[in-house]
Amino acid sequence: MSDTDKQLRVSKIENGTVIDHVRGGQALNVLAILGIDGSGGEQVAIGMNVPSGTLATKDIVKVEGRELSQDEVDVLSLIAPDATINIVRDYEVVEKHRVDRPESVTGVLSCPNRNCITNVDEPVETRFAVLRDGVRCEFCGTIVREDIASHIADD
Amino acid sequence: MRHDHLLTANQLTRGDIELVLDRAAEVDANPASFGKRHAGKLLGLCFFEPSTRTKMSFEAAMKRLGGDVVDMGSVDSSSVKKGESLADTVRVVEGYADALVLRHPLMGAAKMASEFVDVPLVNAGDGAGHHPTQTLLDLYTIRENAGLDDLSIGIMGDLKYGRTVHSLATALTNFDASQHFVSPESLELPRSVRYDLHEAGATVREHTDLETVLPQLDVLYVTRIQRERFPDENEYHRIAGEYQIDAETLEDAKDDLTVMHPLPRVDEIAPEIDDTDHARYFEQAHNGVPVRMALLDLLLEGDS
Repeated sequence: MSDTDKQLRVSKIENGTVIDHVRGGQALNVLAILGIDGSGGEQVAIGMNVPSGTLATKDIVKVEGRELSQDEVDVLSLIAPDATINIVRDYEVVEKHRVDRPESVTGVLSCPNRNCITNVDEPVETRFAVLRDGVRCEFCGTIVREDIASHIADD
Repeated sequence: MRHDHLLTANQLTRGDIELVLDRAAEVDANPASFGKRHAGKLLGLCFFEPSTRTKMSFEAAMKRLGGDVVDMGSVDSSSVKKGESLADTVRVVEGYADALVLRHPLMGAAKMASEFVDVPLVNAGDGAGHHPTQTLLDLYTIRENAGLDDLSIGIMGDLKYGRTVHSLATALTNFDASQHFVSPESLELPRSVRYDLHEAGATVREHTDLETVLPQLDVLYVTRIQRERFPDENEYHRIAGEYQIDAETLEDAKDDLTVMHPLPRVDEIAPEIDDTDHARYFEQAHNGVPVRMALLDLLLEGDS
């Protein structure tokens, strides 16, 4: 099966972003970490557990009508370190890049420490420093290494 | 000091620590010369948790610098009871004071509060997080008694929730110190402190009993195992009993071992040790005033 065939499995988009090479099963977390839940009117198409040459299976997320910013792309690195980002205009891929790990992420994850000041009713956004092998709450110092996706904050 | 706020010991370089300790030594040597240094200045005390030593020593320190304090009082008698946020409280008190001291039961509270104020803010303990000014007075006491380099220190008790331990262990990475942590497995150091020690390349050993490591220690820092951490009272008594020291315990210690405790103690250190040359915990508590005078002097001198 050619790459084109795989792309077509989840219809081509005219303008927007295709996030490819997401680890299998992480597509919904990708949308969550980007804060995309459909309420903004975006058309979203998802392919899950698609056969992949480099990963055993991969997910693909296509967001019509929205080009992701570099900050948004970098946040993806926490849960989709192998992802490639394709910016599509008029059905053509005009930019293709990989995610980079940011130094910190703000307002994306919630702190699992129930005694952290970010978990009470204070006017503060969560902020995590990105470590080599996890993230660290910049307020209470709690380190999260496993299953970071489960700490994606609810809006 | 390069910092506007003192939030955790992670901020402190060796140079910062020595600056405060040297200034504290100047205060100790000639307290009268500091008596009018900050006349007219006010320190805001925001204590959301009970405190005796920390609160009183900050108050004494500010008054001995010629300044005074404004105290929000107990939580029960403050606007916090009405549901006011911490962010609002510190912004209000900032309007009354030249610097703030905050104690709060939640971790990261001082860090968050510091982002809402422009005056210097000092963390006087944030839950099980940090207590950096306790660490400064601990280091002052250690330097006076054993020196800060080529030091072998045992830190025993509740290492998991003990904020004084977290700050002290982190600050000691600035010095040539071997750190021996003695605790039950259930109260070992948290992951975040281990991470900092590892990143700093600290020399660290962990033990479940004091016996094996005691003979090589220059300093033994004892902390309280907190009864409220244990769901089972019997389990608390079984564990706490293994981490108490008395004269017999110290028979194998060096003659010049310095025994410290951030206080309050319950029964971790038998009273019979109080009168020995090992006991330095009351001296340690007294050092809270000159060290906090030194810290406040440095934080406030920028606008003197």
